[in-house]
Amino acid sequence: MTSADTLSEVSDIIRDVLDAPDLPISRETQAIHCEGWDSVNHINIIISVESRFGIKINTAEIEGMKNVGELVDAVDRKRGAR
Amino acid sequence: MNQVGMRLTELYWLPSADGISDTLKGLGRQATVHVDELIPLARSRLDFVQTQRLDRLLGKVLSGATAAEDPIGLKRLRLAMLGSATLDHLEPGLRVAALRRGIALEIFRGEYGQYQQELLDERSALQAFAPNIVLLSLDARHLAQGADVGMSRADAAALVAGRIEQIKATWRAARRRFSAQVIQQTCLPCVPAAIGSNEARLPGAPAALISALNAELPRHAAEEGVDLLAIDAYAAQDGLAAWHDPVLWHRAKQEISPLAAPAYGDLVVRLVAAQQGLSAKCLVLDLDNTVWGGVIGDDGLEGISLGQGSALGEAFAAFQAYVRDLSRRGVILAVVSKNDLANAQSPFDSHPEMILKQSDIACFIANWDDKATNIRKVAETLNIGLDSLVFIDDNPFERGIVRRELPMVAVPEVPDDPALFASTLADAGYFEALNITGNDLERTAQYRSNAQREMLRHAHTDVEGYLKSLDMTLQWRPFDRVGMQRIVQLINKTNQFNLRTQRYTEAQVEELLEDSGAIALQLRLLDKFGDNGIISIIIARPDDEAMFIDTWLMSCRVLGRRVEEASVNLVAAEARRRGARRLVGEYLPTKKNGMVREFYPKLGFEPVVEKPDGATRWQLDLARFKPFDHFITIKEDFA
Repeated sequence: MTSADTLSEVSDIIRDVLDAPDLPISRETQAIHCEGWDSVNHINIIISVESRFGIKINTAEIEGMKNVGELVDAVDRKRGAR
Repeated sequence: MNQVGMRLTELYWLPSADGISDTLKGLGRQATVHVDELIPLARSRLDFVQTQRLDRLLGKVLSGATAAEDPIGLKRLRLAMLGSATLDHLEPGLRVAALRRGIALEIFRGEYGQYQQELLDERSALQAFAPNIVLLSLDARHLAQGADVGMSRADAAALVAGRIEQIKATWRAARRRFSAQVIQQTCLPCVPAAIGSNEARLPGAPAALISALNAELPRHAAEEGVDLLAIDAYAAQDGLAAWHDPVLWHRAKQEISPLAAPAYGDLVVRLVAAQQGLSAKCLVLDLDNTVWGGVIGDDGLEGISLGQGSALGEAFAAFQAYVRDLSRRGVILAVVSKNDLANAQSPFDSHPEMILKQSDIACFIANWDDKATNIRKVAETLNIGLDSLVFIDDNPFERGIVRRELPMVAVPEVPDDPALFASTLADAGYFEALNITGNDLERTAQYRSNAQREMLRHAHTDVEGYLKSLDMTLQWRPFDRVGMQRIVQLINKTNQFNLRTQRYTEAQVEELLEDSGAIALQLRLLDKFGDNGIISIIIARPDDEAMFIDTWLMSCRVLGRRVEEASVNLVAAEARRRGARRLVGEYLPTKKNGMVREFYPKLGFEPVVEKPDGATRWQLDLARFKPFDHFITIKEDFA
């Protein structure tokens, strides 16, 4: 799976959680750009991603993430390391 | 820990709906959504994100409907959820689980940690809400406050007793104000042990204190008329990690992981349904490969797997023991089986390892009608609603047809292994009960006598749409060496759907490989559930201008799917290709093949002769034969 595939799957998860099927998402997208991406949905997105990819993202990493691209990179890194 | 695929948090007993995410998306774009479009989704397997999305759609439907006119046909109830940690993420799971059971649940969520004040203050928003149900979802760390590993045993005991008194005061306040059903969640054992297996030897440790509280709660709850929500037991069964994530506790004070929210909701609503009289009342059992291993009509009393002697037989016996226990505590049992009645009843009467007896079964139906029709008869005979029936069957085809024809009947997805049938029924919680009375213990006897008085009435069901949706393909090929073992097995084992019951050795069957004049077909049926394997064998030999059907047999697993019609079309075409003008068929009666007595006339054959022993001969004029309609693609399967 390429990084573009990961981005596409992560984007689908975000759209599902936010219930925003047409939301445009790129690597540069940030939570503050998206309606409904509050702290509760942030958790929902992270645990959905974790359960979809079978990985665990640790607390420090979550705190440090600035945009969707960094989440995608974390997923790819952890999948590679498994 | 339960394996993945068998956890409560996955709602694994619910059928998965194809493309549910797209369905939710499509409904989200519709201008108006009707509740009838949402109920089937609520009865499907949903993860927590899908649950939230369904909940949003439900919110739209409910906000458009007023309680007075109540156009949605759901029972409306109000639940107050009071707690000491974050609870809002649990609401969608509660509302969707309620919808699954025909309830529109309105939820009041108390302020974080304010539950005692809200219960006591006569002017609080909670008082105005006037709940029917009060759910106390108190987190373990809150209840274990004051724990200290250095405590003496006496101090720890005093702490537990004091905490129980506080909880009881909360219950009483809730009862006094609202005459509501009070549900107390047990403590989730989510704090790590300080010493290990013998944690109780350090009574002041938080984990020991939580265990002590959980041990005390059942007695007090019973005394006070409060119902427990035993999440400690369910989390232990699934593995704590499926229910609790320490990271989320620290980030958001979510003691129950959002991943477990759909299951949490289901567990709570089971208790509500039980209180409201909405729990299922009757378990409808298939027999072959559900209650015993094998097919009684083909394998006979000696051939079925049941009881000591094999792991499989023991698993079926254990399932029967579980079902009998359900019956003894008030669940009504019924049987719906595709079998001749005498065959279906013979193990109940004569198999030494049968645990279920005929006297345990309130309504016993064995015939060759489709199961949806028979399940309707069960409901009519017992005079209970279809929505209080649960149907258990190992066969995905039968489950599918019943779900489609009778969506109000609960039909669990059972795993292939009978060792898991009992735990699946338990996990699905259809028969949740709060109090067991003497009346419960006598119930089956009552229903049984009612059933004996009542005449069975026929109800028709249109299954064509279902058959179409199955995407069935009948693959046929002449006999070959690859299929030889299965062909010989079917010829020598099939008793029921077998017109002449001719038995052949492998050598005799092999002769047919070389005989190009004869028709020797093996038929395989595929559908959207998968491959049913070789399900029918047909042998016909030329006899002057006719083709004489020497063998026609079929597996009873695929009855009612118009395989017979598709097959006769195929045989007619093959006979014509070989220059035959007529098909000649014969029925030779045996003790077990009564179900195919009318097989040839049903397929349009004309009678030729009937002998005193009951044997009949039939013929079909191929020049006048019009192929039957069916919903099966017929395809030659080239080797």
